[in-house]
Amino acid sequence: MAEKKLMYGNHAMVEGVIAAGCRFFAGYPITPQNEIPELMSIRMNEIGGVFVQTESEISAINMLFGAAAAGKRAMTSSSSPGISLMQEGISYIAGADIPVLVVNVVRGGPGLGNIAPSQSDYYQATRGGGHGDYFTITLAPNSAQDLYEFPRLAFELAEKYRNPALILADGLLGQMMEPVEFSSKPIDPKSLPEKEWALCGCKGRERRVVRSYDLKAGKLEVLNLRRAEKYAKIINKEQRFKTEYCDDADLVIVAYGTCSRVSDAAVKMARDKGFKVGLLRLITLWPFPMDVLGDMAKKVDNFLVVEMSNGQMIDDVKLATECRSRIYFHGRPGGGVPTPPEIYKRIEEVLGGAR
Amino acid sequence: MPEVKILEEVCKGCGLCCDNVCPENILILTPDRINSNGYHPAMVTDMKKCTGCGYCFKICPEPAIEIYK
Amino acid sequence: MKMIFGRPLGLTETLQRYCPGCGHGIVHRIIGELLVKLDIRERTIGIAPVGCSVFADEYFNCDMIQPPHGRGPAIATGLKRTRPECIVFSYQGDGDLAAMGTAEIIHAAARSENITVIFINNAIFGMTGGQMAPTTLPGMKSTTSVKGRDIGKQGFPIKVCEMLASLDGPYYLERCAVDTPRNVIRTEKALKTAFANQISNKGFSMVEILSMCPTGWGQTPVQAKKWLGEVMAEYYPLGVFRDLSKEEK
Repeated sequence: MAEKKLMYGNHAMVEGVIAAGCRFFAGYPITPQNEIPELMSIRMNEIGGVFVQTESEISAINMLFGAAAAGKRAMTSSSSPGISLMQEGISYIAGADIPVLVVNVVRGGPGLGNIAPSQSDYYQATRGGGHGDYFTITLAPNSAQDLYEFPRLAFELAEKYRNPALILADGLLGQMMEPVEFSSKPIDPKSLPEKEWALCGCKGRERRVVRSYDLKAGKLEVLNLRRAEKYAKIINKEQRFKTEYCDDADLVIVAYGTCSRVSDAAVKMARDKGFKVGLLRLITLWPFPMDVLGDMAKKVDNFLVVEMSNGQMIDDVKLATECRSRIYFHGRPGGGVPTPPEIYKRIEEVLGGAR
Repeated sequence: MPEVKILEEVCKGCGLCCDNVCPENILILTPDRINSNGYHPAMVTDMKKCTGCGYCFKICPEPAIEIYK
Repeated sequence: MKMIFGRPLGLTETLQRYCPGCGHGIVHRIIGELLVKLDIRERTIGIAPVGCSVFADEYFNCDMIQPPHGRGPAIATGLKRTRPECIVFSYQGDGDLAAMGTAEIIHAAARSENITVIFINNAIFGMTGGQMAPTTLPGMKSTTSVKGRDIGKQGFPIKVCEMLASLDGPYYLERCAVDTPRNVIRTEKALKTAFANQISNKGFSMVEILSMCPTGWGQTPVQAKKWLGEVMAEYYPLGVFRDLSKEEK
């Protein structure tokens, strides 16, 4: 059996990033993710990696741009206000088709908001976030185990499609302690293949240029159309989710991250009381698992979207189901976290006497 | 004997090389010729005087000057 | 006959789109020569700025990257820390380095990142059409200071070499100019030192170069080089502001 250890979600993430073969971290302190740079500063030193505490998140994302353009796995982590500052860089990185990993341990907003867990950066994460036509692959962990495993998946997807990847966690996941199983063998960065686009000096080859612009007439349109094909391919192939008790469900809860865990408990409460309730837990937020929702909408009458926001993902649920079903919402904005009884109550309200 | 070659199609006729740069003062902008970009390229008036110091080359932004020896 | 002066192999064949008399081309030529002379072309990664010289990624015959405005030193940090065997230079204008990227340049210098920064100071925003730069001189006219920079309302220029020299981090800082052959030769030497410092892992080196922008200044190229020498170099004195090699001796 693989080694198991009780650890903070944020610490699990650090070990997951290192196990994924990443040896470059740049970041700026912000609550509630400070455990990540703190442990990174120690671990990168131990294993001969690079840790840079930057002057700003703007600088951090650009250091990532440089490190990743050099062909190396590179990551940064931050929380909502810091991620807003990074949007310029993420747009350039997306425009240059460079793979990087950005972790957002989301807190309440807008503005300085608070430091409580939240999911109010959903729009920002799934709509590109910065300027221009682009998307970032977005993964939503809901356990310390996920925080350990998702960095590897994120790097693999980012490199496969040459696209930035985001992990959208929240303060609760980062701060809680759970057993983590070190399930897979760590990747030796030296074993990763050299990228055919990486900047490393032009010895024995044509020089390479990494850029996000083309001012020649019509050229950028061609580039963006090519990128649209890439996005279509990702949407087609990479939708990830988990279903629970959905087969006979009168109501399916749609949730991700912390909300999917709380909902899981609420689903069990409802089943105990005889309500046919299922759970669709989303793992990728972009690409949004719209196919499974489209199929479900053919037979499920009710969906309950649970989010720690005023309702953002609900838009995608409506789009994916083409509003064929009734869609209900339970949201806790500004750092509120829903409880299982609270969600159960909402289920009861919706299904009423359908038991 | 050094020889200065002006790449007339590359020259933008800025005249930097013609103003107090050449110690022998043998560079001018052609008064009567225009290249395909619409510039009067620089020219050497008396090649025999050239010492090959390279000052004209060093001030040329393009560079549109080659010097042979 | 043998060519003794000509286009260096460190530049591509692409002809530059800069205006007649623009100083960028002179500095490009010097860097292109150094890439060959120092035998570093095949392990160099250059960083182009945002501004007129955004096109530098087409002109330098080495690997190149084009970052967001002002972020060159951060990109350089990422590149150099992951590829320490490569030579990394960041080529930046005054809007890029002294306005948008002020934080990035100060902190790269403070960390003494082992990189080479080439800072082109022409006291104006060239590409966007001649607006006031952080380095525009007091009283100097631009399209956003049409009566001349009013220090009461628009503040004072930033003297980058002097500012960075207040930090302990930088290894080498020099201000040069490209208005006369003598100054161009001085610039060649300074840039050679700045690259050589990186090759021998000395840390942060920056050369600020006062450069002509005849179009932005509303002058002829010949007037511009005279104005640079007579007015601009008075405000921004040329010279070495930091050279730690002197202290090592």
